Amino acid sequence: MYNSRQRMAEEDETQEPELSDKQKKEIAKWFLLNSPAGEIQYVAKDIRSVLNDDNVYNAAASEAFPLYNKSHMMCLKMPGKSEDVLVTSFGEIDENDYLDPRTAQVVTVDHVKQVCTEVRPASDEELPSPYIEDYRCALDAEIMKYVNEAYPKGICSVYCVRGKDVEEPGSDFELVVVISATRHSPQNFCNGSWRSVWNIEFKDEVQIMDVSGIVQVGAHYFEEGNVQLDAKHECKDSTLFQSPDDSAISLTNIIRHQETEYLAALQASYSNLPDTTFKDLRRKLPVTRTLFPWHNTLQFSLTRDITKELGIGK
Amino acid sequence: MEAAMGLMRRMPPKHVETALSALLSLMPDHSSDLLSQVDQPLQVLCDVDCGKEFILCEYNRDADSYRSPWSNKYHPSLEDGPYPSPELRKLEIEANEVFAIYRDQYYEGGISSVYMWEDENDGFVSCFLIKKDGSKSGQGRRGYLQEGAWDAIHVIEVGPEEEGMAHYCLTSTVMLSLTTNNELSGTFNLSGSIRRQMNMDLSVADGHLCNMGKMIEEMEGKLRNSLDQVYFGKTKEMVCTLRPPSELLQMKLPES
Repeated sequence: MYNSRQRMAEEDETQEPELSDKQKKEIAKWFLLNSPAGEIQYVAKDIRSVLNDDNVYNAAASEAFPLYNKSHMMCLKMPGKSEDVLVTSFGEIDENDYLDPRTAQVVTVDHVKQVCTEVRPASDEELPSPYIEDYRCALDAEIMKYVNEAYPKGICSVYCVRGKDVEEPGSDFELVVVISATRHSPQNFCNGSWRSVWNIEFKDEVQIMDVSGIVQVGAHYFEEGNVQLDAKHECKDSTLFQSPDDSAISLTNIIRHQETEYLAALQASYSNLPDTTFKDLRRKLPVTRTLFPWHNTLQFSLTRDITKELGIGK
Repeated sequence: MEAAMGLMRRMPPKHVETALSALLSLMPDHSSDLLSQVDQPLQVLCDVDCGKEFILCEYNRDADSYRSPWSNKYHPSLEDGPYPSPELRKLEIEANEVFAIYRDQYYEGGISSVYMWEDENDGFVSCFLIKKDGSKSGQGRRGYLQEGAWDAIHVIEVGPEEEGMAHYCLTSTVMLSLTTNNELSGTFNLSGSIRRQMNMDLSVADGHLCNMGKMIEEMEGKLRNSLDQVYFGKTKEMVCTLRPPSELLQMKLPES
């Protein structure tokens, strides 16, 4: 049995065609992009070792890290300051430069090392108009209050993604609220992340603000095993378009309400597991509520006795 | 190889097949190590002679063919594939029948297969496999799961009989994935794999099948509990650490 398996494996080895550098790079990128939150550096070390080809690894890393960092809303310290900045596609000026709307600074980032290398003030063209900034700033302040209350270690930011040059009422514009919380405990073999993205469309004509949110939660526990949670929730809501301060309050209320509800739903999903959901995979015990009767082991009568005992064969 | 195993511990469990085939193409010299150390969800073939399905694994494979535990024939047929001895085949047949009943009692459906073969040390090795699709479109009785898969592989090395006793070494792997999808909680997916070992010296008075069966049952119970309480529990704990439930927050306010 073992011999024929080895024979098979050896045949595989000689038949396997050599991969092109491009193919190897794509594979390496796949591993990097699928790293759980907080683990890309560990994955990078391992894939570099498996690849055994630094040219291919560096090409893969230079393509994968920016995508990963943006999608995971990497949070970095601004050099020389105490503030944090989020690296997201919403604040992207170009691949290595990201705007922090709150401090009106632009940071330059080394994606592979995951650090900020420089910071400079944002130019006027990079910032929204004063009219938009009123809305953005009021919302940012309310969201910060909410995040500091609800998340032990949450970071947030509000960006204008459309209509940043609108100077007065009469046009639509769009803001995005980003909330990110991560916990990395590699010594406890556990990492997790919560990411919320709330798109708010300010519709001038109908005087409505349309809110649509996506919340993604992930967790990875890997002590002698590998178990991952991957949860995602989308929701929509609307409210009246008001002054910057009033809008900020009603928007934050919507977000707070939806996120609290979602957390409760997540907890409910977990409580249903042991006795309900899991049961569709495997029961804790048979319907008889006793262990399986293996003890009747007189060779061929085993099957007959068990069938009788359990009343099967209906 | 250590780096490869490190990668497998971090990649999302639902992508294990993609990850393994990626590693196999990057490390062709290590394919036998990878295939034996990395667990993948089980595949199934239909034994057309008996009209029953059987599970495919490295333990019933030779070249590109797989031996059915029902008819004892290789699919597609092989000229000179390895077979268990007639005596061991008898035990194998009985194991398949009894294990099918066990499987039905706990899994309310699913497919199982048992394969046995002699090893070089006068003992034998047996492999018990179960595959269950618990999704509502599969065999999930209560319809909770949009997607649900449980794959269990139990390999028991049985040592030669000495003074009425034998040594049993069980290595069990469970891979599972479950997804619920509804309005309130969106998509909720938990997936993972764990592997454990259990060693016992038992009297052969009750027979090998009884001994092996009891070990497997105990192990499966432990793994199910462990997955549910420890593993899934840790992910839940993590979520509540990221964003504590409002009751906890309200409790904190008076102190601060």
